[in-house]
Amino acid sequence: MMMRTALLAAAALLIAAPAFAEEQPVKPYVQSDANAGTKPIAGDAVFKALHGQEGIGRIVDDLIASLRTDPVTADIFKASDFERLRRTLIEDFCYVSGGPCHYTGMDMKTAHQHMGLQDIHFNALVQHLEDAMNKEGVPFRDQARLLAKFAPMRTPVVDASQN
Amino acid sequence: MQFGGKLDLTRGVANVEGAGGGGLSTWALITGNETRDGVGGQVYGTYVGLSDYSLNEFGGGVGLFDRGEISLSRQTFDTGATGAKLGLGKNFAFDQTVVGAKLRLFGDAVYAQDSWMPQVAAGLQYKMNDRTAIIHAVGGKDDTGVDYYVAATKILLDQSLVLNGTLRETRANQFGFLGFGGDRNSGYSTQFEGSAGYLVSRRLLVGAEYRTKPDNLGFAHENSAYDLLAAFAITHSLSATAAYVNLGDIATFRNQRGFYISLQAGF
Ligand code: HEM
Repeated sequence: MMMRTALLAAAALLIAAPAFAEEQPVKPYVQSDANAGTKPIAGDAVFKALHGQEGIGRIVDDLIASLRTDPVTADIFKASDFERLRRTLIEDFCYVSGGPCHYTGMDMKTAHQHMGLQDIHFNALVQHLEDAMNKEGVPFRDQARLLAKFAPMRTPVVDASQN
Repeated sequence: MQFGGKLDLTRGVANVEGAGGGGLSTWALITGNETRDGVGGQVYGTYVGLSDYSLNEFGGGVGLFDRGEISLSRQTFDTGATGAKLGLGKNFAFDQTVVGAKLRLFGDAVYAQDSWMPQVAAGLQYKMNDRTAIIHAVGGKDDTGVDYYVAATKILLDQSLVLNGTLRETRANQFGFLGFGGDRNSGYSTQFEGSAGYLVSRRLLVGAEYRTKPDNLGFAHENSAYDLLAAFAITHSLSATAAYVNLGDIATFRNQRGFYISLQAGF
């Protein structure tokens, strides 16, 4: 009986653990909105179409979950710091879509260094992002405006991840 | 070798010549589902039902590293009941084989959304027609010919637009079904293909195309062609094109219009 209770308590702790997880320390870098690698979309129409901070939170959660299960991308995210990734991605989408946020993450080149990414990974992310935005009910025109901002990041993300 | 990975619809659909493109026009996009790291391909079948004729085609293409494309198309232009009126006999058909090659030169249609620079490709289409005697009888010079083209394609994602413009050097009469060169003009002329489409979703493009054609034969005038088309990615590998086409007059029969239906499977 004692044993079972202890096991249950341990299991409960394990399940609860992610909620208390803290971000891992990263190498110091200079924080700047410019690290997002693009100027925000003018106006807040796209931010609103994403249903603001809350919608973006749901989109990012869905995106991360898809990337972790898709066999094309799963291995790349095996050792990721999801607390930090979630926070910085939400900031990124909020900032780029014209929302009232600052991006505090690393620049795209530094963030994806040495990952050896290919177009197949980039396109998988784009499609999971589209799926997530569809689930959130974001009209395609607004999706396309956001994707137009992210598409050129193939250069700092994929090309620069080779070294 | 890596397969797949391309974004939906960015391989284009199979055009009337079997190349990656829209319906009537050839685009700068490379066929197949591959990215620049792999190879891919596409097979297709197309049926065009016109007022007095019909056209059916099947073929396929291979895409190499999203850089080059080789395509093969077998086409039958069926005169149906009109054949008898033309004195050719009922159901008389012109068969044509088209071998195409396309090389992407510079620019990027999909990713370079921060630039106006389109994706530019150059290519050729070698067309072989099997009706030598009829071609000569109507004033056509040759039963084989080569088209050379330069195509520029750009997706303007923030506007949900897809634009294409193509310049073609050609001697083809009615796409080559009535041979190459004619009694009125036997040499090459420069023709234009333009397409504009709107992305309704990542899977559905609706648009219009316009294509000018030479007018080489004395016995019958040839006009420009246009279409109103929808291209739909049913799944990542299966896509369909449906269009209303108007090919203008063909061999004295006026105003040939009808439906264009094409199914493509890509890998
Ligand atoms: C437009 C494309 C992309 C954008 C905007 C983007 C954005 C970001 C951001 C904001 C971060 C966090 C930076 C930080 O920690 O300061 C990040 C990290 C990361 N990204 Fe991306 N990314 C893109 C494409 C990709 C692709 C295609 C992959 C691979 C499939 C990828 C994999 C990763 C990984 C593994 C991390 C590190 C997570 C960790 O280990 O903590 N990213 N990305």
